[in-house]
Amino acid sequence: MQFVEPTLNLSVILPIIILTFSTLLLMFVDFWVPDERKDITGWLSLFPLGGALTATFFQWDTIKGAFNSSVLQDNFSTYLSILYLITGMLSVLISIGYIRKRGHGRSEYYFLMLFSLVGMMLMGMANDLLIVFLALELLSIPLYIMSGFDRTDLNSEESALKYFLLGAFSSGFLVFGIALIYGAVGSTALPDIAEGIATSGTVGLAGIAMLLVGFMFKVGTVPFHMWTPDVYQGAPTSVTAFMSVGAKVAGFAALMRVLISSMGSMDEKWIPALAVIAAATMIVGNIAALTQTNIKRLLAYSSIAHAGYILMAVTASTKSDDGVGAALFYMMTYMFTNLGAFAAVMAMERFSGNKQLDLDDYKGMGKHNFAFAIVMMLLMFSLTGIPLTGGFVGKFYVFKTALEADLVWLVIIAALTSVVSAFYYMRVVFNMFMFDGEIDMPTVPNALKLVMAVAAIATLVLGVLPADWYTIAQNALMTTGG
Amino acid sequence: MGHPIVFLILATVAVFAAIGMLTSRNAVHSALYLVLNFCTVAVFYLVLNAPFISMVQITVYAGAIVVLFLFVIMLLGADQLPKASSNGGLQYILAIFATAGLATALILQLSGFGDGTAKPESALDASPEAIGTLLFQDYVFPFEITSLILLVAMMSLIVFKAQKRKKQDG
Amino acid sequence: MDEVTIGWYIALAAILFSMGALGVLVRRNALIIFMSIELMLNAGNLLFVAFARHLGDLDGQIWVFFTMTVAAAEVAVGLALAVSIFRNRDSVNIDDMNMMKG
Repeated sequence: MQFVEPTLNLSVILPIIILTFSTLLLMFVDFWVPDERKDITGWLSLFPLGGALTATFFQWDTIKGAFNSSVLQDNFSTYLSILYLITGMLSVLISIGYIRKRGHGRSEYYFLMLFSLVGMMLMGMANDLLIVFLALELLSIPLYIMSGFDRTDLNSEESALKYFLLGAFSSGFLVFGIALIYGAVGSTALPDIAEGIATSGTVGLAGIAMLLVGFMFKVGTVPFHMWTPDVYQGAPTSVTAFMSVGAKVAGFAALMRVLISSMGSMDEKWIPALAVIAAATMIVGNIAALTQTNIKRLLAYSSIAHAGYILMAVTASTKSDDGVGAALFYMMTYMFTNLGAFAAVMAMERFSGNKQLDLDDYKGMGKHNFAFAIVMMLLMFSLTGIPLTGGFVGKFYVFKTALEADLVWLVIIAALTSVVSAFYYMRVVFNMFMFDGEIDMPTVPNALKLVMAVAAIATLVLGVLPADWYTIAQNALMTTGG
Repeated sequence: MGHPIVFLILATVAVFAAIGMLTSRNAVHSALYLVLNFCTVAVFYLVLNAPFISMVQITVYAGAIVVLFLFVIMLLGADQLPKASSNGGLQYILAIFATAGLATALILQLSGFGDGTAKPESALDASPEAIGTLLFQDYVFPFEITSLILLVAMMSLIVFKAQKRKKQDG
Repeated sequence: MDEVTIGWYIALAAILFSMGALGVLVRRNALIIFMSIELMLNAGNLLFVAFARHLGDLDGQIWVFFTMTVAAAEVAVGLALAVSIFRNRDSVNIDDMNMMKG
């Protein structure tokens, strides 16, 4: 075998290169940052993110493949990369003060977050199951470590172990499923799978089923959602915010690419299965959230429910032209709203004694800190899907695309569960405005205020003037070849 | 793809090693059964014309990974496991049924696939040279991704180790 | 029965995979669960190599290479975590981990 030097089309992965190498550089710079001032590393980590974000903006509307088309750059991946990088920036901002107190200011936290973002960006670009698998591991392994980062709390390590074991378990399913698909088709590149899968018989079908099980674990849909509440509650809140948005969106991104560009011809097989899973996820997530008293657990179940809504759009995406656009738009609203909600939780959280994570701790907030209460209310409205917020518009497009795909029963379930969700989201709002209570709120760092303001403004803008943003999401189309 | 008798003997050993790993009360025994399983699979790799992968299997899996397991088990003194908790009865039965169902479904559905149409052994050049060429030619990008994964794994050790020391200090 | 086909290997890999999954579901010791996960990954690898031989295609063997790397990275993280937890509470039994309820 003669060695032929591979053609390196580096412009495709330029944002990833920038992010990776500036993170490595940052690790060196960190040597000279004194131990008690590791906040500086946190602030500096905004630069790699900003650099990668700038490079990503220039990639809009260029479509290219690299490394034998195993990595693709199209508007779909560019759009998602922008989402991840914004998630990363907001997550860094909410983390800085928090990690100083709870992680003893260790700067590894930021490096792990940046490497996890590299994995997420690769998930959106992957056009080969090998890249999907490696990107998934690159995004998950830092999250396992970050979940166990909190040293003031034994729950943190416990949640890290649970997350780790279930994550590795799902990797097992993923590898076995991919092996079966490889055997049936003879390749793991998505275009080859698209050609061969229809005639691959039961081996291919079993492979798809196990691949889906692996993905369902990662995005946390029923019946593989059991780990979510424990992990979300035990992990440091900044990590919960980051993974509830980043990991979930990345999982769905890869799932969409795999389903649409390689298994579109089999959609009569997987649409019913995914529709049932989406329905079960919405029902279980919303009903279990009703009885929660801890706000982190409540938001965990709420994120399960939202995974159901996103899955509904994914299910519809081969039958309706707008499916991908609706899912992507929903992800954008979900990102801002959820990050803002977790930032609000962190603003209230204390580090010793009563941690102030109970819903009852919010009683009387309307009188104590009106601005905070209004922002929190807006975010809860958006999560419920009340008009004039981004959440409403997101749900509207998802419902519309599901109707176009003739999934009427699924839309009815989604609408009913949305009504149910109002009960628990409104409990937070009622607690803030209808009840009196003593509020013992710590001083809120400016970075947290900034994130909450950004989230509130974005939620309003997406809710009141969604047209332009939705057009962008619709233009974020997937291509199948390089 | 190997002689039936060789296959049956190796498969029996592999399955029994797996059963041994699952059922033994002593974690050290479990790890040793795992080594046996990995070594049997390594012999399978030889039979399947994958000599290089077979050696990697022995050095990385049976060597490094299981030895790491043994180190940790002995370091923690966690070798003697407590009896299974009593509330696991129903869960046990459900899990056994579920996995037995999974196994039979997989076997019944899949084992008839492509009978006897395997390519001749000469079709596959699996020398270390061929693997290396492919790895650095077509798979150079995934190869670079793994370097990041390993870097992250290294950072995990720093994070969890430092965590301990700080606690003892304070 | 006079020739080994790919079906035999699929059956063996399926059995090993299912046993690994069973181990994850019934055992309560984090280290044993972890070993069971390794067994599952190993079954996937066996399948890859068998298919590579069946198809006369080297890509399957390269896959095993990457799976092993990922498995090694996961082992490093998982065992570091297990050691850290064990030192804090003297147990790696996941039934002892019930600080969070709901």
